[in-house]
Amino acid sequence: MKAFFSNRLAVAGLAILVFFGLVALFAPIIAPDSPTDINYTPMLGVSAEHWLGTNPQGNDILSQLVYGARASLYVGLAAAAIITLIQLVMGVFSGYVGGWVDGVLATITNIFLVVPSLVLLIIIAAYLPQKSLTVIMFILALTGWAWGARVLRSQAISLRDRPFVEASRMSGEGRWRVVFGHIVPNMFGILVANFFGAALYAVLAEAGLEFLGLGNINEVTWGNMLYWAENANAILLGQWLYLLLPGLCILLLGTAFGLLNFAVDQVANPRLRRN
Amino acid sequence: MLWLFRRFLVLLLTGWAALTLNFILPRLMPGNPIEAMLARYQGKLSPQAVGALEIQFGLNTHESKIAQYFTYLGHTVTGNLGTSISYFPTKVSSIIGSSLPWTLGLVGFAVVVAFIVGTAIGAAAGFRRGSRFDSIAVPFGVMLSAMPVFWISLLALYFLAFRLGWFPVAGGIGGTQSISISGIGSIINHAALPAITLTVVSIGTWILLMRNSTVSVLGEDYIKFGRAKGLPERVVAYRYAARNAILPQFTAFALAIGFVVAGAIFTEYVFSYPGIAYYLLEAVLSLDYPLIQGIFLVIVVAVLIANFLADILYVFLDPRIRLEGRS
Repeated sequence: MKAFFSNRLAVAGLAILVFFGLVALFAPIIAPDSPTDINYTPMLGVSAEHWLGTNPQGNDILSQLVYGARASLYVGLAAAAIITLIQLVMGVFSGYVGGWVDGVLATITNIFLVVPSLVLLIIIAAYLPQKSLTVIMFILALTGWAWGARVLRSQAISLRDRPFVEASRMSGEGRWRVVFGHIVPNMFGILVANFFGAALYAVLAEAGLEFLGLGNINEVTWGNMLYWAENANAILLGQWLYLLLPGLCILLLGTAFGLLNFAVDQVANPRLRRN
Repeated sequence: MLWLFRRFLVLLLTGWAALTLNFILPRLMPGNPIEAMLARYQGKLSPQAVGALEIQFGLNTHESKIAQYFTYLGHTVTGNLGTSISYFPTKVSSIIGSSLPWTLGLVGFAVVVAFIVGTAIGAAAGFRRGSRFDSIAVPFGVMLSAMPVFWISLLALYFLAFRLGWFPVAGGIGGTQSISISGIGSIINHAALPAITLTVVSIGTWILLMRNSTVSVLGEDYIKFGRAKGLPERVVAYRYAARNAILPQFTAFALAIGFVVAGAIFTEYVFSYPGIAYYLLEAVLSLDYPLIQGIFLVIVVAVLIANFLADILYVFLDPRIRLEGRS
């Protein structure tokens, strides 16, 4: 923990994450208006009432930007949690039990690893009649777990034959008990790093799908803001902040997750630790 | 060689899984997307075309699902991907044939150049861990890997192509040019901005992977031994460290190429580049399911081939796999 907080990248990542967390939490207080209020003249420029102007639907852009933090944090964290659960089964459990179970699960992992997940996402989104943030979050989770599962599997294999794991097995503990009681605590750092990696993937993929118009275009998210900004040619009409800021928020939140992913790995992975 | 054969089997299995997914998805999805598609194109398609689509997607047919599946497999393996609806009556295979070269050029360039540049930066950062260069390269790499490609492409399109006029704003070739030797200048001119954007955003992953890989290799005993022998740092860096640190780059290839392909979808969309991803999105927006299926399959197969090429290269680079036959 001390090593984590003395890591500059970790602190920077955490600071950005906490910032967006507070914005999302206090969105009703921070935002000047409801993000779905459409009582304004569309495409107003920057003014005292509307610091960032209004969009083609007549929403206040600043309010949309503030509330957008909620969507991205929700998708990023929820998808990362589900991805981590899948990885525990497909990676840690698979690597620990070995044998034909591992053979089957590892082959499935390899298949998911090779198919480009964004393409798969677009295909699935194309067939779905109704899309919501939660549906997108779930299909993101189902397509984005393979790389981490492979990393965790090789970790689990290397831990499998260590004496303390052997001992707990000898004392008659069940498979899942060994996995959760002994294997998982010993790879906690890598699990956390993977969690942030998954969150980064989810935030980018969600925004990307929505930018292409494949999400629910009526929800208030940064990806949808960019979709509308591009469709309305906002930048040609002088509303360049409408295009600039949602993307910058995605980049910053993604960078926060990426920094945490990298920094936790530096602290937790003995091969990367500074002696 | 046994290792390579096993990799080949996994890739073959992946190809089959993609085929099967193509078959299952339209039949599994709620709200019957195929009927929605047929309803949308009602009156625009001939009864024969509707009949062909019904057979392709298993509507109003007495054939069992299993029989449909084998008919579908047979058609696909023989290269029959059906007819596009939004570009009716053009065959899906001819749309793919004319758009694939554009994407292969774009993605191929980005994969190769990003790999070389990213690996070089990552190796330099890892080797000088904790230096000023390292402390700039790492956050830079993280930021690039968190870059929303569509957003940076839009900004590049607006500022570099539209405002400054350094690059063309759309398309793959000038309107008056033909795809020939004389048109090559125009092709490169149009490809430059999408290719540069895609390459730059793809560098981040390679930097971070190579940097960490180099750091962990530097902790190995043979590096200490090399230094203890009094070898010059340069020899230790290139012949001892870099040669071993580069190996994980190849195992991460599947991940990285997925990243580049995802990036290519956005760059082709934003720059209206006439590649396969551009047609994929067009097909998605116009509910052209035969075209969606065909393009998905071709992308998966192309990625499989790229992965297999990386595997072959890996076998050449890592004698342990060549000699022991296992990883």
